[in-house]
Amino acid sequence: MPSTKLLIDDVSMKFATPAGVFHALDHVGLSVPRGWFVSLIGPSGCGKSTIFNIVAGLQEPSEGRILIDGVDATGTIGRVGYMLQKDLLLPWRTLTDNIILGMEIQGVKLAEARARALPLLRRYGLAGFENAYPRALSGGMRQRAALLRTLLFDTDVILLDEPFGALDAQTKLRMQEWLLQLWGDFGKTVVFVTHDVEEAIFLSDEVHVMGTRPGRIIEAIPVVLPRPRTRACTTTPDFMALKERCLHLLHSQAVSSIEDAA
Amino acid sequence: MTIPQTSAKIVATNTVATWTADATGGAASAKPARRLPVQKDWPTWAIVTVQIGILIGVIAFWEIGANTGFIDKFFWSHPSAIYHTLTIFFTTGDAFTDIAFTFRSTILGFLIGTFAGSALGLSFWWSKNYATIAQPYIICFESLPKLALAPLIVLVFGIGIASKIAVATALTLVVSTLTTFAGVKAVDPDGEKLFYSLGASRLQVFRKLVMPSCLPWIISVLRVNIGLALTGAIVGEFIASQHGLGRTIIYAGQTYDIALVWVAVSVLSALAIAMYVTVSWIERMLHRGVKG
Repeated sequence: MPSTKLLIDDVSMKFATPAGVFHALDHVGLSVPRGWFVSLIGPSGCGKSTIFNIVAGLQEPSEGRILIDGVDATGTIGRVGYMLQKDLLLPWRTLTDNIILGMEIQGVKLAEARARALPLLRRYGLAGFENAYPRALSGGMRQRAALLRTLLFDTDVILLDEPFGALDAQTKLRMQEWLLQLWGDFGKTVVFVTHDVEEAIFLSDEVHVMGTRPGRIIEAIPVVLPRPRTRACTTTPDFMALKERCLHLLHSQAVSSIEDAA
Repeated sequence: MTIPQTSAKIVATNTVATWTADATGGAASAKPARRLPVQKDWPTWAIVTVQIGILIGVIAFWEIGANTGFIDKFFWSHPSAIYHTLTIFFTTGDAFTDIAFTFRSTILGFLIGTFAGSALGLSFWWSKNYATIAQPYIICFESLPKLALAPLIVLVFGIGIASKIAVATALTLVVSTLTTFAGVKAVDPDGEKLFYSLGASRLQVFRKLVMPSCLPWIISVLRVNIGLALTGAIVGEFIASQHGLGRTIIYAGQTYDIALVWVAVSVLSALAIAMYVTVSWIERMLHRGVKG
């Protein structure tokens, strides 16, 4: 197994609310090997986005640390690429200038940043739209652009928070294959959040199922399906068994949370 | 194989059609069929003809009424006298000095108020505490009828152009401040999150996210502000002034020169329309520039 790239070391997150202390995350531990694709799935409110905010340095955890390459990166921004569900493309910038945002913020010269972005735009299905404004693009293309922006921000780890959640089913399938291609080309370490069990298994090396109240990881399920994967693998018995297992864990969560509420 | 199927379908459709016709036929006696109301648009030439006709009608009514004594010339003056005064105002009178004076104070007040107001609004992004502390004062100044301060402003800034610019600025500043502040509050928090996750500094977020997203808000008040600035300049001239269209109106009113009042008001509205059209055009250009 390759060395650990990202380590979420026993992270807890508590908020003081009028009703008392609210545990958003309870001793979450997660170790992601270099170059792996890891997914988090779980019910709403299990703290998936909180984990991402903490890893990206946008929130300080109440307890625990974030280590990247063994170095403490707790509360520091700009260490990981973070893509939210919304594409957040800036309407006043052309596609190219949107994609180079990360490099621009890091102080790369505009001409150089554009020169680096253009071949990628063309290679990854956005040729002909280099100078288009975001409103001229379809939802799928906007997500591609947002993903390229995240990749071009030169970090080894990228966090993807339900990037395809708002897309229609057909586009979503194409985007998943496209993402796998990109992941293969760039060799990044990816943490991926989704509600979609099939998506999680299809993409990942390991799926972490989360539980709610308090938010925690209840089981890590290794996905030992051969790569490169095609759509056909989603109908294999191995895939089905994994899906069954995940759904069962999620379902038991859902039942217990309904019982909690009752 | 296909033919019987098709004919069967036709039969079926027919049955349904008959049945529906029966059902609606029964209801028709109770409720007449209603059509979508359609308004017929007149051709442009007809609309323009009517518009000009109304104008000529009003002027003719006014002139004839004044000549027959039906309308009191002393209070209302009449079109031919107004036209006569207009030619005098532009040939031997102060027309161009007055127009230039009012125009200058309006434009300067507009520019100062809009820029300072936008800057103030944008500055609230930097500190939530500062914005919260400033807010009641801004709202207080907003609800205050600024024109009530005009006499004070004229006392402080003198009877020259400075006091007119100051009144025009006072009117435009608050509108720009509040609108820009609304723009600042509407900046997408996820956008800020994205910038910070890319390791941005606050200055970078301000320059690359906050300012561009507030620009449409800033631009959207330009048209409102040009009207307000003109109002401010005129009221400043009402209080005390040596030049300007506002001063001419007050002077003419006080000397019962009603024709001159009408002349100055007409010139003023021509000026207002010219400025409004220009600013609307600039606004459109800027919007296009902002949206790309």
